[in-house]
Amino acid sequence: MPNLKDLKNRIESVKNTRKITKAMQMVAAAKLRRAQEAAEAGRPYAERMNAVMAGLAASASGSETAPRLLTGTGKDDVHLLVVMTAERGLCGGFNSSIAKLARTHAQKLEAAGKTVKILTVGKKGRDQMRRDFGDKMVGHVDLSEVKRIGYSDAHAIAHDVLMRFQAEEFDVATIFYSRFQSVISQTPTAQQIIPAAYEAAETEETGAGTDYDYEPGEEGILADLLPRGVATQIFTALLENGASEQGARMSAMDNATRNAGDMIDKLTIQFNRSRQAVITNELIEIISGAEAL
Amino acid sequence: MADTMQFDLVAPERRLASLQASEVRIPGSEGDLTAMPDHAPLITTLRPGVLTVVGPEGEQKYVVTGGFAEISAEGTSVLAERAVPVAEMTGELMDEMIAEATSAVEEASADMRDALAKTAADFSSLRDVINV
Repeated sequence: MPNLKDLKNRIESVKNTRKITKAMQMVAAAKLRRAQEAAEAGRPYAERMNAVMAGLAASASGSETAPRLLTGTGKDDVHLLVVMTAERGLCGGFNSSIAKLARTHAQKLEAAGKTVKILTVGKKGRDQMRRDFGDKMVGHVDLSEVKRIGYSDAHAIAHDVLMRFQAEEFDVATIFYSRFQSVISQTPTAQQIIPAAYEAAETEETGAGTDYDYEPGEEGILADLLPRGVATQIFTALLENGASEQGARMSAMDNATRNAGDMIDKLTIQFNRSRQAVITNELIEIISGAEAL
Repeated sequence: MADTMQFDLVAPERRLASLQASEVRIPGSEGDLTAMPDHAPLITTLRPGVLTVVGPEGEQKYVVTGGFAEISAEGTSVLAERAVPVAEMTGELMDEMIAEATSAVEEASADMRDALAKTAADFSSLRDVINV
């Protein structure tokens, strides 16, 4: 049986842990609100962009001169996986679930005889992917210095990806991130960005039979917009990821706080019992001593 | 004919304006144009320049960089890569944008260089227009 002092120390240390997890939960809650606002604010742009792109893509995909960002290189041998995770841990299964999705995807591609290249955004993903695909890593984007994700960050990542595409380093690019659904639910998602896969279904609501004039021509606009489309998709993914990370951290820390509370209760009961046992023991000693006289 | 139309100006990070406008002057890549209610449907890319919106509270001016504008009979929406109200535009911000555009020219591949050089030139002339 552990002695009283040990138990007391143990209770103190769990209490301190609980204070920390509680604080982290509150910080995450505040950050989550901001991240959600940012994601909300970014939505109109992304929606408009997707709508216009879908319309353009539908009309241009038939033509032979359509940009390669839209039609692809005609091959599908080399895949670039952009794995976006958080810079920090302690957010439950958030990082692992994205890495896991990317890993299964990569293994499937390799089994099919394709070449896989991995670009990571966020430290945690890099650490996890390096374990299995150390030789496939082609780059890493560090966002640990970034306090607030801005469009320029997404732009820089998109620029990197586009440069690699121009240099014909890969044929297909897919981004992996976590879609924010609610504080307790985030879904790891894979989304193909190059060649651009805009859903045709979206055209119907937006196109609505309007014939737009294009200035400069349709192709010119497409060439201008496709890189922006890539940046926008990455930006949306980063924002969703940001909100998901904070949400995941919040619920993980909430659990941790509750666990610490349970543990403190259990330890306190144990502490009181042993204290009582010590008192009883002392009493027995005194009484039996008195009786012996 | 309606007197006003819905006008939206959105940047990736936020929505800058959403109002009923009677007239929008857009710096299109092929030349400036003015969109008024019942304009023929048009999609144009933007060059760096000043976008002017005439709304119920008078004129508002924004500095926009690349992006595109979608004009239809019902309304106009401008999706700018970056948009800043002219009043908030500072010399440093302008310098930063010009520097960015210039460095993009240097690292661009040959076939892109002309287009980017034009963008950089547009930025420089923009500086004179808004006097910062």
